[in-house]
Amino acid sequence: MSDWLRVNPIACEAHGVCAELLPELITLDPWGYPIVVPGPVPPALAAHARRAVAACPTLALLLHHEDDATS
Amino acid sequence: MAPVNHTGQLPRLLPGTAATLTLDEHLARYGPLPLRPAGDLIAEVRAAGLTGRGGAAFPAGIKLAAVAAAAATAAPGSGPRRRTADAAVIVANGVESEPGSGKDAVLLARSPHLVLDGIAVAALATGASQAWLCLPADKPRLAGQLREAIAARAWAGASPVPVQVEAVPGGYLASQETALVSWLSGGSQQPSFVPPRPADQGVRGRPTLVQNTETLAHLALIARYGAAWFRTVGVPPEAGSALVTVSGAVPHPGVLEAPLGTPLGAVLAQAGLRPAGGQRGPARRPQAVLAGGYLGGWLAWPDAADVPVSAAGLRQAGAALGPGTLAVLPAAACGLAQTARILAWLAGQRAGQCGPCTHGLPALAEAFAQIAFARPHPDTIGWAGRLTQLLPGRGACHLPDGGAGLAASALRVFAKDLSWHAGHGPCPPAAQAAREAP
Repeated sequence: MSDWLRVNPIACEAHGVCAELLPELITLDPWGYPIVVPGPVPPALAAHARRAVAACPTLALLLHHEDDATS
Repeated sequence: MAPVNHTGQLPRLLPGTAATLTLDEHLARYGPLPLRPAGDLIAEVRAAGLTGRGGAAFPAGIKLAAVAAAAATAAPGSGPRRRTADAAVIVANGVESEPGSGKDAVLLARSPHLVLDGIAVAALATGASQAWLCLPADKPRLAGQLREAIAARAWAGASPVPVQVEAVPGGYLASQETALVSWLSGGSQQPSFVPPRPADQGVRGRPTLVQNTETLAHLALIARYGAAWFRTVGVPPEAGSALVTVSGAVPHPGVLEAPLGTPLGAVLAQAGLRPAGGQRGPARRPQAVLAGGYLGGWLAWPDAADVPVSAAGLRQAGAALGPGTLAVLPAAACGLAQTARILAWLAGQRAGQCGPCTHGLPALAEAFAQIAFARPHPDTIGWAGRLTQLLPGRGACHLPDGGAGLAASALRVFAKDLSWHAGHGPCPPAAQAAREAP
């Protein structure tokens, strides 16, 4: 099992908090919307990822568990 | 009329004549529809390798199994409980909003009972208690024909679920799976974020199977003749046949049926296109093929004549199967101008929900207008290329992905035209296109 980040693009309003809190995995596009680095969240960044998810003002950043075999 | 040949000859889906097959003629051609246990049927569809023919090419067996499983969880047991508001629903998607596609309308007009058989089979496999047949609102005559066919089946006792014809208005996204579910639930025609998928929470929260009408027609044949029969057609690893709509610079545009995996050149030959070099005059000689519709990609002609017409084959070549549309661009036209027109249209079809698409698709259309109809600055070309990388995977639906893929394929396939435009301004066909409809 590993954690994956996903953005709900309908809910996202480009506040950019996620990119501030997790620059290792999230950058912003020219309009301020997040671009997530593909692949599972490295264990060392798991706590930061959870913090970024919790801090999103529109709850648009999601963290979900996935079996590595099926991902 | 003799029953359909079991050795796997084509056509499977379309009768030989343009007239509508009546229920009696349909049964004479295909034989009775066997009622198989749900588990058997789903296993057979999975073994057949049937994929969705609406554009996404998702395995139909997996979708069926997901809806059946969700319905079993929502309404456990059998009998009257399965007739409650928790039971699954079937949505037959014949909205066909792709501008270059005509195959669903042709199939429904000529072989309505094959699609209605598919609805019945899908309903039995998922325990569905209700079905909608969604048709485009601008084809009232087709809707009338289908209502007649449904009434004929009810009269003959050949209908396990009530089927309601729904006329669906709207633009390009009207036939998108989650937008259609939202519309049938009384909501807007906008795509939604998944999960939850329609299989788990679809129309009014019920487990919902959304399936293209051609896919349902194949399902009806697999229920009759089995997976092994289905796989006798198609170039491995692709299985079965597909309806394709050929338009543009071919002698005989229209809907035809081809084994999946057939080389593009052989499919276009069915539409009357002679081998490379055979066509005279720039109005008739092809230069490229847009495969997979407005969310597909351009392929250079005749270089792409050997590309297999299949989801995997066309994706690998930088295009898509999509709903099976093949639009042939004549040598006399400018591919960049065509692409700019399509991108401008796509930008106007946005649902306006997702930021990257809301900003990025109009920006891409604007960059392409410069590329096609002006003398583009190298920065504009670079910006267009960057946008094609920024958009994929960034929306709730695949509109941004598709627009980006189309644009990227145009930059690749029409690279010579691009450098000509950059050096001299629009080529004569592009300038002409700009004058005709600025």
